Amino acid sequence: MVKRLMFEKPLGMRDTLPFFYNQKSKARQQLSNAILSFGYSFMDTPIMEYHETVGKVSATLDQQLFKLLDQQGHTLVLRPDMTAPIARVAASQLKDAEFPLRLAYEGPVFRAQQTEGGKPAQFEQVGTELIGDHSSYGDAEVIALLVESLKQTGLDDFVITVGHIGYVKAFFTDLLGDDEDTIEYLLNYLYRKNYVGYREAVKELSVPKDKKDALLQLLTLKGGDEIFDSSRSLARNQACMQAVNELKQLYRLLQQYEVEKYIHFDLNLISHMDYYTGILFEGYAPNLGALLCNGGRYDTLLPSFQLSASATGFAVHLERLVEALNEQESDDGRIGVIVDDDSYGQGLQEAKRYREDGQAVLLQHVDQIPDLQAFKAELSETIDLTKGGGERDE
Amino acid sequence: MSKPLTIAMPKGRIYEEAAELMKRAGYELEADMDESRKLILEFPEQNIRVMMAKPMDVVTYVEYGAADIGIAGKDVLLEQDRDVYEVLDLKISPCYVAVAGLPDQPLSRIAPKIATKYPKVASDYFREQGEQIEIIPLNGSIELAPLIGLADRIVDIVSTGRTLKENGLVEYEKITDITSRLIVNPVSYRLKSTEIEEMVSKLSEVMEGER
Repeated sequence: MVKRLMFEKPLGMRDTLPFFYNQKSKARQQLSNAILSFGYSFMDTPIMEYHETVGKVSATLDQQLFKLLDQQGHTLVLRPDMTAPIARVAASQLKDAEFPLRLAYEGPVFRAQQTEGGKPAQFEQVGTELIGDHSSYGDAEVIALLVESLKQTGLDDFVITVGHIGYVKAFFTDLLGDDEDTIEYLLNYLYRKNYVGYREAVKELSVPKDKKDALLQLLTLKGGDEIFDSSRSLARNQACMQAVNELKQLYRLLQQYEVEKYIHFDLNLISHMDYYTGILFEGYAPNLGALLCNGGRYDTLLPSFQLSASATGFAVHLERLVEALNEQESDDGRIGVIVDDDSYGQGLQEAKRYREDGQAVLLQHVDQIPDLQAFKAELSETIDLTKGGGERDE
Repeated sequence: MSKPLTIAMPKGRIYEEAAELMKRAGYELEADMDESRKLILEFPEQNIRVMMAKPMDVVTYVEYGAADIGIAGKDVLLEQDRDVYEVLDLKISPCYVAVAGLPDQPLSRIAPKIATKYPKVASDYFREQGEQIEIIPLNGSIELAPLIGLADRIVDIVSTGRTLKENGLVEYEKITDITSRLIVNPVSYRLKSTEIEEMVSKLSEVMEGER
């Protein structure tokens, strides 16, 4: 065993220093305000859950779960996301509440350590769940709220890509029948973003040429609302038509919310192999190598907690949002009152007065400051009550 | 003008072919760039920035978004399993991954050892064959391993087969064909879709023309 150096912390864990903490709180507050303004209620769940319940049904892969044992030997997990715990609550304590439920959360989630940098094992999510509304109005509300929340934080340059897993699956069924192995195989290529592999696999299939062409055309179904027409001509069965109609309806509603300029469509977007069941989306911002936020409709999670209901929601990766906002280190508005033995009482009074006005004031005895100049530079304003010190320095 | 499109190009063997392909697609990159020691080159008139990376590292730059696009060997993609879009098979630098070893040497029955630069590719392959093997990771001159008894077999890239032959090794099985691929960062794929789609379609046109 290598002896740990005192400053080390477990792989993938990060400290949040004051500057970043402040930015995170600010962004979290702005997101929360937007979410609250849509009538959602915040709630929280424990950090630990049973592997058998929440662990098993969460969208996170088993090998990415942090597992530990309780005293009775049960396997526990650190919650890998908030959706599964909230589903558990909705299906138990809240099952008699009036549906649709509008719930929101903010808090840390955990994914097992990656050996590489830039992939934290603990990060914070802010998100919402709309449970018991299976309509396009529900889908539109969640996406519009996501856009509004991001705008609230000052972010304007971002894109939300919307897809429909029902379309992709119905499309494959239409062309390939019930050959589930092949469908799974092709879906897996799309999920892994491997278009080269997908094209090769399609070429190898023993189906007529027109079907192959249609399968290849699926890759081109992305862009604005103009793709609805081409997706309609490719899709022939009822389920495909319905999915396209849902997307069209969604787009109309998003236009009414006036958020359509942030929306792109991509009909081969597959965020997860078998979690989402309908409309799903991912959000991206510049200068960020990875996803900013994602979400979608999931209809099989609540039934696994014995509640038959459809739900949809989004989650924003808070640390990445702060990174995308890329704000400069700013003045945190703190006032410093610097005193000596004689002016201590006066300083206390002064500080109290400012605090009553709601300002952040620190009181510091001059003898304990190693470098007065540098100390003052850290504050937005200082009041020097020491003998010979300037009254006020700004 | 929007921010330039950053392309991670592999240094060395693949570079020339890749640069030639880019040139035919209308992206004029300097021909002797590979020899210069500069690592980043700007082409403002085409709104492109090119960075030179070790072929094994191209995928890393692209996954983290340090580069929007990259050209990487399928061998590296298979080995590293990174979150990038694989959009186009450029069909350059063709070669394949194979299992090789000394002639007429059956695989040892007790814990056969495989020396390779590609631990994941090798263990995935032998697992599919139902063989439990042990991997010895090496970084170069893999052919040495069976010769001096370090391993029973090697898993490595073969392009002409000359190195194997000169060292008295034979190829046992071919694992998979390898060519270079055009890869794209998932965020750039959405945010710079116009420029990227344009490049992809120009490159595919060049490829179509060659068939």
